[in-house]
Amino acid sequence: MRKVLLESLDSLFAAIAAKNTLYIPVDTNGGAKFEKWQEGKKLSNALHTTKSPKDFFFPQSECLMKFKTEGKNIEIIDTRSESEDFAIFGVRACDARAFKVLDNVFLKEPVDTYYQNRREHGIIISLACDRPAETCFCGTFDIDAANPDGDIVCYKTESALYLDAKTEKGQGLLAAVEAATEPAEASEIDAAKQQITERLNRLPLADLKSDAFGAGKTDTYFNAPEWKELSEACLGCGTCTFVCPTCQCYDIKDFNTGHGVIRHRCWDSCMYSEFTKMSAGQPRLTQLERFRQRFMHKLVYYPENNDGLFSCVGCGRCVSKCPIGMNIVKVMKKLGGSVND
Amino acid sequence: MQEITREQLIAKAKELLDKGTVNRVLGWKRGEFDWDITPALFESAEELDRDFVWNDFCGANFSKYLIAETKKQPPVTDKPVLVFLKPCDTYSFNQLLTEHRFERDKVYAVGIPCSGMADINKIRDVADGVVSVKSEGENLVVETLYDGTKTLPFADMLAERCAVCKSKKHVAYDELLGEDGELLDSNRFDEVEKLERMTPDERFAFWQNELSRCIRCNACRDVCPACTCEKCVFDNPQSGVENKAAANSFEEKMFHIIRAFHVAGRCTDCGECSRVCPQHIPLHLLNRKFIKDINSFYGDYQAGAEVGSRAPLVDYTTDDLEPSEATKWEDTNA
Repeated sequence: MRKVLLESLDSLFAAIAAKNTLYIPVDTNGGAKFEKWQEGKKLSNALHTTKSPKDFFFPQSECLMKFKTEGKNIEIIDTRSESEDFAIFGVRACDARAFKVLDNVFLKEPVDTYYQNRREHGIIISLACDRPAETCFCGTFDIDAANPDGDIVCYKTESALYLDAKTEKGQGLLAAVEAATEPAEASEIDAAKQQITERLNRLPLADLKSDAFGAGKTDTYFNAPEWKELSEACLGCGTCTFVCPTCQCYDIKDFNTGHGVIRHRCWDSCMYSEFTKMSAGQPRLTQLERFRQRFMHKLVYYPENNDGLFSCVGCGRCVSKCPIGMNIVKVMKKLGGSVND
Repeated sequence: MQEITREQLIAKAKELLDKGTVNRVLGWKRGEFDWDITPALFESAEELDRDFVWNDFCGANFSKYLIAETKKQPPVTDKPVLVFLKPCDTYSFNQLLTEHRFERDKVYAVGIPCSGMADINKIRDVADGVVSVKSEGENLVVETLYDGTKTLPFADMLAERCAVCKSKKHVAYDELLGEDGELLDSNRFDEVEKLERMTPDERFAFWQNELSRCIRCNACRDVCPACTCEKCVFDNPQSGVENKAAANSFEEKMFHIIRAFHVAGRCTDCGECSRVCPQHIPLHLLNRKFIKDINSFYGDYQAGAEVGSRAPLVDYTTDDLEPSEATKWEDTNA
C-alpha cells in the first residue's frame, strides 16, 4: 500500500497524467463531472458525478464506422482511434460494480469490440465513500462502499490518500508513479474503513432489501396491480436511464452525409415512446409497460440471465434526479412489501 | 413556511369526495424523504391520510396531468378530478384551456396559496447528506448526515422561479382556500438583462457552456405544460430531425432553441423546465428572453392570464411593430 498527503495530490495526478491520460471528477454548474486532468483542475468533493463513468466505455453517442461509395465499391472506414491506456480516478464502489454489469452484456458473445477496446485500455482507480449520501443504497445489492472494486482502490483520510493496487494493471500504474507516493501500512486505513462501515449502516435506506427480487420472479411481479400507481405520474423522460450507471440500451442509425454514410450509435431509453420501434410497431404501447420494463430488467430479467447479479447498484442518482420523485427504491418497497405481506 | 396546512388540504379533498363533487384528487404524495414528492391520484380518505403531503417541495405543476386525466374513459371521468393549483400553476391551467387541451368541466380546481418552494439543490450546496427538511417560521431546519442540524433562512433556499415570483394571484379556480394574493412586481427579467448586456460572443459562450451539458433526457420538454404535441417532432423517426443524443458538443442548441421558439408566446414562465433539468441548465432564461421581447415589441402580455386571449405572435393588428423595427431594436440591444 502507498499513500500521498492530500496537499500533494496534484503531484500524484501529474505523475499519473505523465503516463496515461487521467480523468478526475471536477465541479461544474451541473454538478460533478469527469474531466481530463490538467494543472489547475481540482478534485470535486461531491460523492457522485451527475452522469456515471459508463461514458468512458459506452459513450452516450459515438460514430461506429463510416462508409464511402465510389462507383460500385463501398469502402468501410473503421473510426476506432483509442489505442492508449487511460486512468479514471474517483470511481465509487457502485459505479465500479456497474462496469461488471456492463461487462456481462458487452463482453459476452458476440463481443462488442468498441466497448472491449475501451475497457482494456481503461484503468479504474476507485475511491471508497467516506461520506455516503442519504440517497445511497449500494448495500442492498451486496456492494461494500468500504471495499470497492477497481485496479487501484483508494481511501481518503483527513490527511492522506491511500492507494492499494488490486490488479496487474493497477500494480503497473502504481509502480510507475512510486516517486509521487510514500509507503504505508494497511493498518493505517483501518479506522477510515471502520468509519465508512458505520456510516453505511446509519444511512436512511440501509434497511432496503433485495431478497424479494431476482431470478424467477417474473410471474410474481409482471402483472402486479401496483405498476399502475407507480407509473401513473411518469413523464416518460430519459433522466433515470441517462444518469444510470448500468442502463445499456442503445440505438444505431445510419446518416447519409451526401458523400457517404455515418453509422452512429447512441444511448436509448426504454422510457421513450419510440424505443425499439420496428416495422411491426412499438412493442410497449403504454408508459406503464415501459416503466415496468425498466425496473423488471434491473430486478428480475438481468439477474435471471446473469447468475443472480442485480443490475441496479444503488448509486441513488435516479433518487435525486427523477423530475417526479419516482425511483427504484419506491418500486422495491411497494412491490416487495406487498408480496411479503 | 406555507400559509395553508396539509390538514386543511386533506379536509377540503375529503369534503369534495364526500359530497360527490369529485371522485379523485390530484395531489402530492410523500416520498422516502421530504423532497422526493410524486404527483399522484388519491381516491379515498384513507389514501389521503396516509400519503398526501403538502410542504415546501410541492413544486410540481399539475396542469399538464389534466390532459391525460380528463381523457380517461368513464366511469373514471363521470365526475371531475380535484386539482390543487398554486398561483403560478393557474396560468398553465388557463393556457391549456386556451389551447383546448382539456375540458374545463371535467376538472374542479382549488386554488391554494403558496409561499414559494424550496430548491433541494440549494440546500444540498450547504448541507451534506440531507435527511429531512422541516419548516419552522422563516427558516428551514435541516437534519443532515454529516453537518448536524442546520437552520437555513427559507428565503435563501427558494427556487429561482419562486425568488422572482410574478404572481401570488390565482387566475383560475372553482374555489379558493385562504386569501388570494396580488400580482407581484417581479425582477424576473434581471438575469435576461444580464445576458443582453453581454457581447454576442460572450452570450454564445454562455449558452454553449450551459447547453453542452444537456444529456437529451427530454425532461424539460416532457414536463412543460406548453409542450403538448401528441407526437413531438424530435421523437418522430419520419421527421428527419429525430435524435436521442447530441451529435456534437453544441448540437443541443437546436433542440432547446427550437423548443423555445415553439413555446414562445405560450410559455407562462412556470419554470418547470429548469426545476427538472438534471444538469441544472437555466433553460427558463431562453423562454424569459422571448417573454421580455414580446412585452417590448407588443406591450405587456402574460400567457395564461386569461382563457382565450390571443397571443401577440398569433394576433395581427395594424399597430404591430414592423419586423424591421424589431431588428433595429435588437441591434441596439446586442
